[in-house]
Amino acid sequence: MTPEQRELITKFPPVDKVFRGVMSAGALFSLVVLALIAAFLLYRGFEIFSDFGFSFITGEVWNIGDPMDESTAQLGIGAMLVGSVITAVIAIVIAVPLAIATALFIQYYAPRALRTVLTSLLDLVAAIPSVIFGIWGYAVLLPLIEDWSVPLERWLDFIPLFSVPSGIFGRSPFLAGVLLALMITPIVTSVAREVYGQAPRDLIDASYALGGTRWGAIRNVVLPFGRSGLVGGAMLGLGRALGETVAVYLTLNLVFDINFRILGSAGGNVASLIATKFGEATPYELKGLMAAGLVLFLVTLLVNFVATIIVNKSRKIA
Amino acid sequence: MTLIVRGTVGRGGFRRDIDFTVEAGHVLGLVGPNGAGKSTVLHTVAGIERMVSGSIVIDGETLDDSTTFVAPADRRAVVVFQDIRLFPHMNVLANVAYGPRSHGAPAAEAAERARAALDSVGMGACADRTPGSLSGGERQRVALARAFVTNPRILLLDEPFAAVDAESRPGLRDVLKALLAGSTAHTLVVSHDQADIEDLCGAVVRLGGPREFTD
Repeated sequence: MTPEQRELITKFPPVDKVFRGVMSAGALFSLVVLALIAAFLLYRGFEIFSDFGFSFITGEVWNIGDPMDESTAQLGIGAMLVGSVITAVIAIVIAVPLAIATALFIQYYAPRALRTVLTSLLDLVAAIPSVIFGIWGYAVLLPLIEDWSVPLERWLDFIPLFSVPSGIFGRSPFLAGVLLALMITPIVTSVAREVYGQAPRDLIDASYALGGTRWGAIRNVVLPFGRSGLVGGAMLGLGRALGETVAVYLTLNLVFDINFRILGSAGGNVASLIATKFGEATPYELKGLMAAGLVLFLVTLLVNFVATIIVNKSRKIA
Repeated sequence: MTLIVRGTVGRGGFRRDIDFTVEAGHVLGLVGPNGAGKSTVLHTVAGIERMVSGSIVIDGETLDDSTTFVAPADRRAVVVFQDIRLFPHMNVLANVAYGPRSHGAPAAEAAERARAALDSVGMGACADRTPGSLSGGERQRVALARAFVTNPRILLLDEPFAAVDAESRPGLRDVLKALLAGSTAHTLVVSHDQADIEDLCGAVVRLGGPREFTD
């Protein structure tokens, strides 16, 4: 005889209900703040989107024209968007291998005492304000990068990416990218260390037990298991690199041309555009900056959203 | 041609004194209640854990003592774990070829040896399948192929049939016996199953008594 089905009812005690409520409200609050920011930017920048349409995203010109006549303005953030992507990609290309090597060293090679010191040091670097990075980049890194750029251009100028027709180096996308790489390395390393630490210990032991070396265990167990988590970490770094303002503002020469030459002293960055123009903007230009902010906000949100999905997927696999 | 393990093994605060020898081509059973330290002994001989004190010596070569530690990769020791531990992201052939590849065999040679090893356990037709698609008995056969393909100097079998049902055990035991008959490895077998010990082992060491802990 089949037993009768019972209905299971879960009753939470009052203290659990209160805790649940407080936590839910906290989580909801951050979502509401996010939505309000997006709504504010959309409200303030909507006129720009209706005036310029898609050309606001693709246009290279940022000219307010006659301040008394809005119809003479030409506003487009194409050059700045491309610049943001270029500097962020340079940062990722440099930071990710550095972060992988650092995370593997800390997790699997460093003695325990050194591991603690290095982890604390990385946390410390992650907490350095970006303006300090910017000043350091301008004062210390700029001359170094200039010195490296000249031979790089001489050897690789057959590749358009590395040619500098103007002959002016200095505050280039390469400098900004290197600086961003140093800024995002701690966060990417931190995520990489976490996902590599989650690699299944029993499979690492199995690798050793079959005569595998430590590098063999890393290559065959740790790296495959950490792959998607690392991509998530890299995208978190990409999100930060795309949105970085002050450090790029201090080290990049903003020029309103779509430019793929990374060594020349001309580049773009949406966040720096906003920082540069905000103080003296006309009311109409201010709307344009709000619209630019919304585009940057959405791009960064999208990158972080994808990163979160990938990191969660990696945790499930691990 | 003797493996001599003499001293104290341990993990965390746990300690166990041991003293045994195994000749090449012979099989020694390790029996004892849960927590007696049987798996710790295997892991220590494999080099996954270090001896607390004492030494492991094989054919006159010291693998582990107070001044020497030979890394797992250089011991030519292989463990078959009780929870099998096939690599889930590799297919069966890649799992079995992993050992030869780790010892420096070229990819083609490793694959050829892996196919032969799979044939020897009756799993040749499953080379392209993933471990997740295999039954417990099939996984265990692959694990045995993965262990024997490297022609190990030391073979450590930790509850080799714990993950398979009672009906599959006799068949798997026959497969293992045939593999052991052709092997010159110094073999240690841990099992709770009396039939495994009686069938496979020429001698038995009993690890008993209460667990010993240091402060």
